[in-house]
Amino acid sequence: MNIIKNRYLFFGISLLVIIPGIIALLLWHLPLGIDFTGGSLLEVKFASGAPLTNAQVASMYVDFSKPGADLSNPIIQPLGTDSLSIRSKVMTDATKVEVVSAMQKLSGTDVTVLHFTQVSAAVGQEVATRAAGAVGLAAVVILLYITYAFRGVQHAFRYGTAAIIAMLHDVLVVVGVEAILGHFIGWEADSLFLTALLTVIGFSVHDTIVVFDRIRENSNRYKKISYEMLVNHSIVQTLDRSINTQLTVMITLLALALFGGLTIRHFVVILLVGVFSGTYSSIFNAAPILVVWENKEWRNWFRRKPVSAE
Amino acid sequence: MTRRPYLMLVLILILVAFALWIDLSNQITITNPFNQTAFIQRNVSARLGLDLRGGLQTLLEADLPATASVSADDLNVARQILENRSNALGVSEVVMQVAPPRRIVAEFPGISNPDEVVASLQKTGLLEFVDMGTTPVADGTVIQTDFGLTSDTSATPTSTSTGSPTSQPTEGATPTAAPTETAATVYHTVMTGTALDSVSVTQSTTGQNQIAFKLKADTKQLFADYTGTHVNQYLAIVLDKTVISAPVISTKISDGAGVITGKFTVQSANALAIQLRYGSLPIPIKVVESRTVGPTLGQESVQRSLFAGLIGLLIVILFMGFYYRLPGVLADLALIVYALTSLMLFKIIPVVLTLPGIAGFILSIGMAVDANILIFERLKEELRAGRTLRQAIDLGWSRAWPSIRDSNFSTLITCGILYWFGNAFGASLVKGFSLTLALGVVVSLFTAISVTRTFLHVTLDNIKTAEHPRWFGL
Repeated sequence: MNIIKNRYLFFGISLLVIIPGIIALLLWHLPLGIDFTGGSLLEVKFASGAPLTNAQVASMYVDFSKPGADLSNPIIQPLGTDSLSIRSKVMTDATKVEVVSAMQKLSGTDVTVLHFTQVSAAVGQEVATRAAGAVGLAAVVILLYITYAFRGVQHAFRYGTAAIIAMLHDVLVVVGVEAILGHFIGWEADSLFLTALLTVIGFSVHDTIVVFDRIRENSNRYKKISYEMLVNHSIVQTLDRSINTQLTVMITLLALALFGGLTIRHFVVILLVGVFSGTYSSIFNAAPILVVWENKEWRNWFRRKPVSAE
Repeated sequence: MTRRPYLMLVLILILVAFALWIDLSNQITITNPFNQTAFIQRNVSARLGLDLRGGLQTLLEADLPATASVSADDLNVARQILENRSNALGVSEVVMQVAPPRRIVAEFPGISNPDEVVASLQKTGLLEFVDMGTTPVADGTVIQTDFGLTSDTSATPTSTSTGSPTSQPTEGATPTAAPTETAATVYHTVMTGTALDSVSVTQSTTGQNQIAFKLKADTKQLFADYTGTHVNQYLAIVLDKTVISAPVISTKISDGAGVITGKFTVQSANALAIQLRYGSLPIPIKVVESRTVGPTLGQESVQRSLFAGLIGLLIVILFMGFYYRLPGVLADLALIVYALTSLMLFKIIPVVLTLPGIAGFILSIGMAVDANILIFERLKEELRAGRTLRQAIDLGWSRAWPSIRDSNFSTLITCGILYWFGNAFGASLVKGFSLTLALGVVVSLFTAISVTRTFLHVTLDNIKTAEHPRWFGL
């Protein structure tokens, strides 16, 4: 099996996923949830099984708007058949009480609050900044750690960088998929999404290190063979493990996605996408990048060999 | 590592027995054999987070200009007062933590009255007795007082000579007509709620709810002097700058006792009494985030996730058994040790289990087998290279170790950053996830490396595996 030889094919496959994601990001932006933008999310259940109509709720929200606390144009989505999820600008706890009792009056049935969240805009902003910081910090610390762990190998820094590139690949895949799904099925990036993203980062690096570790070991053992051969050999040797580990993690995640309930489905699906991307990128991106770097292929416009047919 | 697998096996069995004991009980008691007293007594029931059992989580912030610094002392005092207030409201198991520099995270698991709690937390609870001079004032009026006036309120041009005991009723003729815009005048605060010694809710002769108070000994005299010189003037009782009532001082009050009247329901009277009893907050507080989860949603989620976890575990066990044969089955046993040990740690530490926390745990099951997969793949390679089984086992372990170490360490780094991130915002869901995942990683290192290896050595001692290469998937 020669993975390295086809490295540009695999880079191409990655781009095929990443580019639509980036376009989606540019067109529609990442749909940020209230955790980052601030606002309120109210989920209510109507005992009679017949929730109010969207128009009724929307006009109710307009009625409860006050100067400085505009609630108009809430985003209303059905939640099953008997519940509603309503997103709006920040609503105080006191207003919520009034809204719920007004709903009760209008619908003539018991209304239970399943979930109510309100995050002030300032906190949301801070969370978003801090989240970006967390991702950046994770990248830097991991880069430092890998450079340290591979200090015995030539060009240890390259390993760290390649792992970070593979990681960014996974971040782009996950964020792009989120942007696309956000546009089509209304998912929003909340703090759980961020948790999933950071886990994917951890997993991605975890996977990359296993492949790199084999390169590290083999480079001490086989001094004669070319770097390309060495890397390819290492990938093939760890392939069984990579696939099996991915399988076990995906099995558990799939079980969670199918049977784990609605609340975490978004979270789990993002993890699934990320774990798959993480394994892919460590095999087909991270290690091949080392070869591209070793050959300095940017000098001849990423042709594999100077006399390539391309 | 282990050259004495049997000793290790005994230790593992003891661990499993202990873990089972903890996992299956809600309360552990260890009795001192000499005097039969309880030596250790601990509640080890599983702690469920807010998202699972329902409840309220709020993030409170000092309501001061962003430039003003908030001292750690003030935050701590505020936390203590808020905790006392919540306990007095009948909320049990309140968790309040200071999140420096200016926030407090408050969690109220399983409460049924989140609205009431949120409302009562936000109140500063600053009670003032304000000298209104001869100006009558309507209940509900928002006024300014000179108490706690600091540099940031420089907008008021009115003189605020704090020393003068009498007030300046600038326009004594202006009656109660303009209830909202009396704010231009700054009135003098005679004393604050800290002067109160005890507070209780009583009923007046006409059946009105009122709050009776007694003053501390040292303020009794001050109050007596003040009331003596201000007979027939108004004394406003003001809570958080809003007038509750403004009675006329009819006579000198020398016994240091009085009542606060107003339009109280039993509940609002109780709430106010609680605020007065535990004192006012040293800093004003506002709610910047609150999350309420109904109890039913959580129950369903727990059952579903546990069910999902079991299915996942089962499939992984089958997969390992079929793919890696004998070592796979042993790894499965190690996986069960792993699950039992983790659960024990969750209960002992204790880790509050949230939904993402459970997901983190289930995810770590998948990752726990990774170390074993790494080792077994290595083991197979060494066997194919013609090593004897025992050599292969030792080599498999020692050669797989660097990659296991480095990869898991990077996961721990991410967990650490996640935990820090969650801590800064009281995002207990994120915190829960990172904590369970990190614990899972650490425990899985132990089980995958020591436990599986011990099982393998013990098994090899007792069967002639050399005759059965298929048992190793070769």
